[in-house]
Amino acid sequence: MPAMSAHSTGSPSAPAIETRELSKRFGRTVALAGLSMRVEPGEVFGFLGPNGAGKTTSVKLLLGLTAATSGSGTVLGAPIGDRETRRRIGYLPELFRYQSWLRAREVLRLHADLARLPATRRSAEVQNALETVGLADRANDPVGTFSKGMQQRLGLGAALLGSPELVFLDEPTSALDPVGRTEVRQVIRAARDRGVTVFLNSHLLSEVELVCDRVAVVNRGRVVASGTLDELLGEQAVVVRVSDLPSEARAALGAYGTVETNPADPDELTIRPIDPARIPDVVAGIVAAGGRVHAVAQGRETLEERFLELLGAAPDPEGSAAAHRAVDPGTPR
Amino acid sequence: MSTVVRPLLVIVRLTLLDALRRRILWVLIGLTLFVVGLSALGFDRLVSLARENGSSETEVQLGVSQMLIVVAFMFSFILAMTAAFIGAPAVSSDIDSGVLLAILARPIGRSTFLAGRWLGLALVAGLYALASGLLEIGAMKLASGYGPPDPLGAAGAIALQAILILSLTLLFSTRLPSIAGGAIAVVLFGMCWVAGVLGGLGLYLKADLMEQIAVVSRVLLPTDGIWRGAIYALEPPIVIAVATDSGRTSEQLAANPFFASTGLSPAYLAWVAAWFAIVLGLAVLSFRRREL
Repeated sequence: MPAMSAHSTGSPSAPAIETRELSKRFGRTVALAGLSMRVEPGEVFGFLGPNGAGKTTSVKLLLGLTAATSGSGTVLGAPIGDRETRRRIGYLPELFRYQSWLRAREVLRLHADLARLPATRRSAEVQNALETVGLADRANDPVGTFSKGMQQRLGLGAALLGSPELVFLDEPTSALDPVGRTEVRQVIRAARDRGVTVFLNSHLLSEVELVCDRVAVVNRGRVVASGTLDELLGEQAVVVRVSDLPSEARAALGAYGTVETNPADPDELTIRPIDPARIPDVVAGIVAAGGRVHAVAQGRETLEERFLELLGAAPDPEGSAAAHRAVDPGTPR
Repeated sequence: MSTVVRPLLVIVRLTLLDALRRRILWVLIGLTLFVVGLSALGFDRLVSLARENGSSETEVQLGVSQMLIVVAFMFSFILAMTAAFIGAPAVSSDIDSGVLLAILARPIGRSTFLAGRWLGLALVAGLYALASGLLEIGAMKLASGYGPPDPLGAAGAIALQAILILSLTLLFSTRLPSIAGGAIAVVLFGMCWVAGVLGGLGLYLKADLMEQIAVVSRVLLPTDGIWRGAIYALEPPIVIAVATDSGRTSEQLAANPFFASTGLSPAYLAWVAAWFAIVLGLAVLSFRRREL
């Protein structure tokens, strides 16, 4: 995929987005109950939350598509809703729909015109966006003939037109197949490499884990946790499936960290926190004590587990075990 | 300036392209040509029959002018319906589908978007009304030899009527679903015409309430008032002279829904201009407050 042109992100100290107690009510319904957050320039920021948490409302507020009931904030240094600032912003809505009677190239041209890109650059920007999202060969087809996935790609192309400084992507892969999702991740990473700030709304926690530098978890209209993935997910752990382990040897594993047994599988032990460099010692100790090692997985709490924990829901023991990355145990299986 | 004018022109162009691509205009043009051709044949046949039966040229002219007014009424009704159904989804369908989210996230104000939509649709409705009205009048002149005194004024009044309905449906479109907005506008248009007829009868019967209903309806929605202007522009002076010479009072003349003894007054046209400003202003206010 070709790179789109680079640009300045402005003052390094100024946040790309900053909100203070931003709230939104629809009648009696509180959609957002005091959103305070800060997104730094050039980072991929994941915005997570269950359905109805206020994620899409937050994006609409930040874009000026809806007015806040109270609170304040800035986007790219300007007050929220500033019209001229929108020239430097791209947006892929969750509900992505484009004029079905226009051709893909015409949709992008429309957005290039509305964004008031320099006339000399418009055609090149449109072509670049078409190639970035893999629609160059369908550029002259009516949007009405496109699948949902292709329309979402077109929306992504429109969002990236003209090298914006900040891009809001609201569930950008909801209509895409696994190949498409991988490509979108590459597009997001390429944008970050050019210094673009990406605000990613997503339900797909694995997707967020793969591309985001920092995340915020929002629930019932408030940010309940935020930080880098390391800050949010915390300590490293190791999961070992072992049989024939004497009870003294099991107790001795406590020297490496707290040992937990999976209630759904008594042979599965989790030791945390642990320095990953000591995992071979753990395995060697088990083997020396006569235990039979069936599997070893290094990992830490997954984003899904942390997410459910923050929301007060019970994690799925089967799912969490599967989420750990397998590593070579260093012993015969 | 370019921060408003350029996006405005982009939306006007998009709206015109929409009308062309979705074939609305082509269907209307096809139907218009069919109706104009058919009515020209009808006029030709009627005029031939009247002359064969020994009717005088004055009688033929009177008959043709009245028939033209009836055809113009049918045109104005169809145009009002068309204006209602192109205006009603102009904003609401884009809100419902989500198309507006991506557009309004660009540096374009909601009032600019609305003005662009209105200008584009008014151009489509106005130009179509003007062209089809003049075509019908021209075809009738070819078939019967009769031409109304102010064809441009008549076609212009019918076009203005269509733009009035279009503006009203655009206001509805900022809040109501397309079907509801279109249906309400058509019903209001019909009610105002009926109120105008009742007003004429009220004048004849000296029933104040009926007269007042007509006055109020022509203020609230000036379509019937404008329609009266179209009638006046289509009537040959001889019709007014004959009607007046027949000894009927102005009250009696007003009872005929297809007769007008006076044209549009500058004061009424000024009110129409104010009406546009009020309705479009309300549309902007409503759209600005609309949650997307």
